[in-house]
Amino acid sequence: MQFGIFTVGDVTTDPTTGRTPTEHERIKATVAIAKKAEEVGLDVFATGEHHNPPFIASAPTTTLAYIGAQTERIILSTATTLITTTDPVLIAENYAKLQHLTDGRVDLMMGRGNTGPVYPWFGKDIRDGIALAVENYALLHRLWREDVVDWQGRFRTPLQGFTSTPRPLDGVPPFVWHGSIRSPEIAEQAAYYGDGFFHNNIFWPMSHTKQMVGLYRRRFEHYGHGPADTAIVGLGGQVFMRPNSQDAIREFRPYFDVAPVYGHGPSLEEFMDQTPLTVGSPQQVIDRYAAMRDDVGHYQRQLFLMDHAGLPLDIVLEQIELLGTEVVPVLRREMAAGRPAHIPDAPTHASLVAAAGGARDATVHADDDVTGRTAENAEAGR
Amino acid sequence: MTTSRRIAVVSAGLRQPSSTRLLADRLADAAGRRFAAGDVDVDLRVVELREHAHDLTNHLLSGFPSASLAQAIEAVTTADGLIAVSPIFTASYSGLFKTFFDVVDDDALEAMPVLLGATGGTERHSLALEHAMRPLFTYLHAIVVPTAVYAATSDWGAEGDGDGDGVPTGLTRRIERGAREFAELVAGREPRQAADPFAVPTPFEQLLAEN
Repeated sequence: MQFGIFTVGDVTTDPTTGRTPTEHERIKATVAIAKKAEEVGLDVFATGEHHNPPFIASAPTTTLAYIGAQTERIILSTATTLITTTDPVLIAENYAKLQHLTDGRVDLMMGRGNTGPVYPWFGKDIRDGIALAVENYALLHRLWREDVVDWQGRFRTPLQGFTSTPRPLDGVPPFVWHGSIRSPEIAEQAAYYGDGFFHNNIFWPMSHTKQMVGLYRRRFEHYGHGPADTAIVGLGGQVFMRPNSQDAIREFRPYFDVAPVYGHGPSLEEFMDQTPLTVGSPQQVIDRYAAMRDDVGHYQRQLFLMDHAGLPLDIVLEQIELLGTEVVPVLRREMAAGRPAHIPDAPTHASLVAAAGGARDATVHADDDVTGRTAENAEAGR
Repeated sequence: MTTSRRIAVVSAGLRQPSSTRLLADRLADAAGRRFAAGDVDVDLRVVELREHAHDLTNHLLSGFPSASLAQAIEAVTTADGLIAVSPIFTASYSGLFKTFFDVVDDDALEAMPVLLGATGGTERHSLALEHAMRPLFTYLHAIVVPTAVYAATSDWGAEGDGDGDGVPTGLTRRIERGAREFAELVAGREPRQAADPFAVPTPFEQLLAEN
C-alpha cells in the first residue's frame, strides 16, 4: 500500500493572518512539501495541473523534475494531468523524459479538468471532455508502446511516421491512473486498459465513492485483467491533526469556515461526517482511514491533501511530519493485516520492468537526419 | 388487477401551516381518489422543501447532497409521477423551488408526468404557472398535464360547490380536473425505470468508436 501527498497548488489567503503567499513562495513551498514527504517516509508526491489563477500548478513536469533531482526514493505523480487540453504528444514526451531523469520514479493520473474557460484557451470545448479524454489517451497509449505511429483522430492534426522521443525508460511506459469523481465513462476507461482508478473523494460521501470504485472493479474483471479485487484503486483524503482532537478542531475551523473550497456551506462537523475530511487526533485519522477498505475493498494508494484552506507552510510541514511518523506507520500495519496474498501492490517501474521480462533499451536510432532516413527504416534495417 | 405507482409531492411552502402544502395535499388527495377508483395503489412520498433549505444551499456550495436531501431527491427522481407546488414570489416560482430542481440531474425527470400547482395572494399571478413553471418542466423533458392549478387567497374562501348540486366549482373543479388528467396519464404508463449509469456503463469499445 502506498501513502502520499497530493497538492492542487492553490494560492490561498491565510484567513487567520490575512496574508496571501506570493506565487514564488507557493512554488518553493510545493518543493519543500515534496521533500518533507520523502523525509518522513511517504511513498508518493503528486501535483495538480492548472492554467489559471489562483493556481501555480502549470508546467508540472518542470516542478516534478526539480523535485526529482532533490529526492531519492519518492514516486512523482500528478493529480491530475489534463488529458483533455494537453497535446498527448507533449504528455508522451514530457513524462518519458521525466521517467529517464528520475530513473523511473514516475506515474501519472489522468483527469479532465473542470474549469470551463481552460478548454477554449487551449482550443478545445468542455462539452467534448469525455471524447477528448478517450481519444487523447488512446493516442498517448500508442505513442508509448509503438515506436512509429500513424494516427488520425478528431482533435489534433494527424501523425504519419511519428516517433515520440525519448522512448519510455527500459521500454516500459509509466503506470497510469485515471481520476474521475462522477463519470462512469472514466472508470470504464481505466478498466478497459487495466490501468489504475483513482477516486478523489475529498468532497464526496463514501456512498458515491463506493459506487464508482465498484463499477471500475467489475469492469476491470470484465475486460479480463483479473479478478475485481485485484484492480488498482486509489483514494484521496484530507486531514488536520493535533494530539488533542479539540485543539485540532479549534485551530482548523477558522481555515475551514472561509476556505474557497469548504467555506460558507456545510459546517465543519457536517463536512467531516459526509466526506473523508478528518480533523482530530492522529488516532482518529488512523481509525477513519483504516476503515476505508471496508467500503471500497483492499486498495493500493491513499493520497492526502495537506496544504489546503490557506494553511501556512510551517503548519503544513508539521502536519506532514505527523502523518509520516504517527499515522502512516500504523495505517501500513493495519492495512496489511487481513490483506489476502493475491491483492497486488500498485505497479512501480521496477515491478513493470519485471513483468515485461526485464529492462531493454528502447532507443529508436534515426541513423541520418540529413538524408531523411527515418526511424522506420532504421527499425526495418536493424 | 391491482397495480401500484410511486407519486412524489414537492411543496415549496415556507410557513407552517402553508397554503402551498394545503394545495399540494388537495391535489394528492384528488389524484389518490382517481387512482383508488382505477385499482392503482399509490406509494405517496412528500418532500417539504423547507426542511431541506439549508442542505440545498450547502449542495450548491459543496457539490453533493446531505443524506436527507439525497433521499428527497431520490424520492422525486424514482417516482412515476410528480405533483409540484410552489408559492409565486416576484412573478415566478420561489427560489427554494428552483434550487431544488437545479440540483436534480437534467435528465432525471425525463418523460415523468407532472401536475403543477401554485399559490399566491392574488389571482393576478396565476399565469406564472404558464410563463415560468411549465417551461421549467418542459426543459426537463417532463410531461406536464394541461391543467395547472392556481390557488389565490380568495379561493380558500370560495364555495367549492356553488349551487349545492354536487358539481364542483372554482378551485375544487380545477383540482379535480388536474388530478384526473394526472392520474390517467400516470396509470396509463408503465412504471418508470430509473436509469443507473453505474449498473450498465457504456462499453468502452463504443466510447472509442463514437470518436
